[in-house]
Amino acid sequence: MNKPLDTLSAPTRRSLLVGATVVGGALLVGCSIPDVLSAGSKFKPGAFGPFLKLTADGTVTVVSKHIEFGQGSHAGLAAIVAEELDADWSKVVVEQAPANAKLYGTPMMFGMQGTGGSSAINSSWTLLRTAGAAARAMLVDAAAKTWGVPAAEITVSNGIVSHASGKQSGFGPLVAEAAKITPPEAPKLKDPKTFTLVGTNRVRRKDSLVKSNGSARYTQDVTLPDMLVAMVAHAPRFGATVKSFDDSAAKKVAGVFAVHKIATGVAVVANSTWAAKQGRDALKVEWDETKAEKRSSAQMLTAFKDLASGKTPAPEKKGWAAFDAKGDAATATAGTNALEIAYVFPFLAHATMEPMNCVAMVGKGPTRLVFGSQFPTLDQINTAKITTALPGSVDIETLFAGGSFGRRANFASDYVSECVHIAKKVGGGRPVKLVWTREDDMRAGYFRPMVHHTLRVTTDAEGYPATWRHRIVSQSIMKGSPAGTPKLDDSAIEGTKGSPYFKATPVVDAQLLIADTGVPVLWWRSVGATHTAYVMEHTIDQLAKRAGKDPVAYRRALYQKADAKRHLAVLNLAAEKAGWASPAPAGWTRGVAVHESFGSVVAQVAEVKMVDGQPKVGRVVTAIDCGTAISPDQIAAQMEGGTCYGLSAAMYGAITLTDGVVDQGNFDTYRVLRNSEAPTVETHILPSANPPTGVGEPGTPVIGPAVANAILALTGQPTLSQPFVKA
Amino acid sequence: MATTVDVNGRALSVNAAPDTPLLWVLRDELGMTGTKYGCGIAQCGACTVLIDGQAMRSCQMPVSAVGAAKVTTIEGLGGTHPLQEAWVKLDVPQCGYCQSGQIMSAVALLAANAKPDDAAITAAMDGNICRCGAYQRIRAAIKDAAAAPVATHAKV
Repeated sequence: MNKPLDTLSAPTRRSLLVGATVVGGALLVGCSIPDVLSAGSKFKPGAFGPFLKLTADGTVTVVSKHIEFGQGSHAGLAAIVAEELDADWSKVVVEQAPANAKLYGTPMMFGMQGTGGSSAINSSWTLLRTAGAAARAMLVDAAAKTWGVPAAEITVSNGIVSHASGKQSGFGPLVAEAAKITPPEAPKLKDPKTFTLVGTNRVRRKDSLVKSNGSARYTQDVTLPDMLVAMVAHAPRFGATVKSFDDSAAKKVAGVFAVHKIATGVAVVANSTWAAKQGRDALKVEWDETKAEKRSSAQMLTAFKDLASGKTPAPEKKGWAAFDAKGDAATATAGTNALEIAYVFPFLAHATMEPMNCVAMVGKGPTRLVFGSQFPTLDQINTAKITTALPGSVDIETLFAGGSFGRRANFASDYVSECVHIAKKVGGGRPVKLVWTREDDMRAGYFRPMVHHTLRVTTDAEGYPATWRHRIVSQSIMKGSPAGTPKLDDSAIEGTKGSPYFKATPVVDAQLLIADTGVPVLWWRSVGATHTAYVMEHTIDQLAKRAGKDPVAYRRALYQKADAKRHLAVLNLAAEKAGWASPAPAGWTRGVAVHESFGSVVAQVAEVKMVDGQPKVGRVVTAIDCGTAISPDQIAAQMEGGTCYGLSAAMYGAITLTDGVVDQGNFDTYRVLRNSEAPTVETHILPSANPPTGVGEPGTPVIGPAVANAILALTGQPTLSQPFVKA
Repeated sequence: MATTVDVNGRALSVNAAPDTPLLWVLRDELGMTGTKYGCGIAQCGACTVLIDGQAMRSCQMPVSAVGAAKVTTIEGLGGTHPLQEAWVKLDVPQCGYCQSGQIMSAVALLAANAKPDDAAITAAMDGNICRCGAYQRIRAAIKDAAAAPVATHAKV
């Protein structure tokens, strides 16, 4: 529980799918997976390796194998290299790596190149320290040779290479000589105690300027010679296909170039975005709904509840699967005065600010994609299947993405594949930009799954859990993977599985049942923790209340029983900084929650009051243990932003379906958190010498239960379904 | 249809159907891609521009309705506006996609109210969604810029 790397389950499970893809794709012929995935690539790194370029003008270019879509990974990755290189931070720039699994794959993602599971920094820590240290050694050797002095007498600091004789140089003049030197395989890394950049507030974003003057380039902004813009009429129900269509009106729209039937609908290709939209909206499409999902979300939820209660027997093949079992399970259904509760979580849309989009060029030379690719290797594989090419030959230029939160990491590369299909129809290598409207994006599915939890907890004489029975019914995210549905999908149980509260409870009987619907689901910022953190943390406060104990003191006792030292440390830090021991400001009520995800543990104390029957969140004190802090300011930014993302979902987030049709389409019906509703988050980082762990996701799942716990303290009532504010 | 719009102090000729939203004229016709598409129904604020100094949603304004009004986009701020400098100083952006719209709303706010309090800031900024949740830093950056000499941010 207290080893950060033990809990990095997300990359592990994500790794499985690539292996399966490659094996299933019959590409594996006696060579390593990274070799296969990069086959056809013509990319060659320079003298300083794939992660670093040094040029005569003194610029230090760090090559990022991870996309930058908000989480500050570019700055963090650059700082790791710059620290070991002793570079001048002001001369460091970041460049996005091309798609090449062999050079940029992540071992724990089975060699696939991608960003996810809050793992960008963690997976790059030793790799980039080594890259920086190797280049530093090469510069030192070059200086020694040039100046005729022993290398051991040379020092490097803030981009200046010096010798006691008074000789000194910037990196630029030494680059040509250094490039001739063979990079050391195991350069000496710094003692972290001597870091001068990592862990300081000098590590700042490199992209704030271009993101404040309108010049940052996103997929939506791509303009290429002869480029066409495509929009697609999609089926209103999941699983429906095109039966017939009438494009006569669409073709009369000025600027419309062509109309193509593709697997996912009918595409209108035009010479401008507005013409494409006018043309798309003028299409008349009849859909074959034979295989479509026609149920409402309310009916799906009833089905989940009936499975949970046993009213509907579990399917034999995919029955209940235990993920934690200890003690005599029979005792978990016995006893009296048990806390018996159920929680309901709706589908959620990612609703990134930039709706999904992609630019593809097919039919002249190698296929080329330009867009915000979260998993380039997966997007290469899926594209190669359509264009019949080697995956590595698919050239991807990865741009900034206007958010993802998991949406752009898709087993089927859904919107990418759609764009490639259209570009293939257009042919000739002509660029096609696929643009989804907000409504296209929100109704395309790949939602956070709807989830149902049922709990029965009995307590001992002191009020602590004695038996804990837990049943989860959820769709499987991994069902979409080439490996198919696992019986025990970690993404549905992580956070419940491995909970310190289970460790502190003598009898545990916890099981998962995978239920199906026709609605495609996907990971959504913090994945399983989006619901498991809420269930575990809100349940704990209900148990503390029944025991007549303070929620912080109650948790402390359980963490001590479970030997959850990191949980205890962040809880104590947050409680201290929030002034838990003294009364909350007049009119405000405090709630606390703690959760571990992606190797990091976060505790939050939220100050809440009810305004017109709705919770209003003011100050949120956050404590995080994320191992070694690279950029304290960006960790704070992720806690601020992650808190807003989680609070938005807890307060307002819900995708519902009526007769199989998604009810929401835009921000008027899918309410999200706005500025006046955003709390002020204070972040405190626990000092740590461990390797860095995730920060992009762990800030999201804690605020929901912290607020629910404040409401419980204020009103005495638990909140057993999200969102808090019903539409 | 050829028409002329005044964007960032320049009279520019555009060829677009009269009902084309100003957003798509700016982006597709004039190549000014700093102004973003986010919702198309004036709900998210990513497309905010100034029309004669007022913050307006360009996704809901047909180009034919612009007339002789002066349009200011993020590109027209020059990159050294006190709000832009505050945005960089405080590392406000995360994904950054909404930030052009955020900054344009803030420019209009400060032009009307040089020293806005918290309530005035959130009232003026509530039409601009940020899914990364950079709201706290947006508020802080507006306050930071408001402390700058008034003359430098009141002219737009």
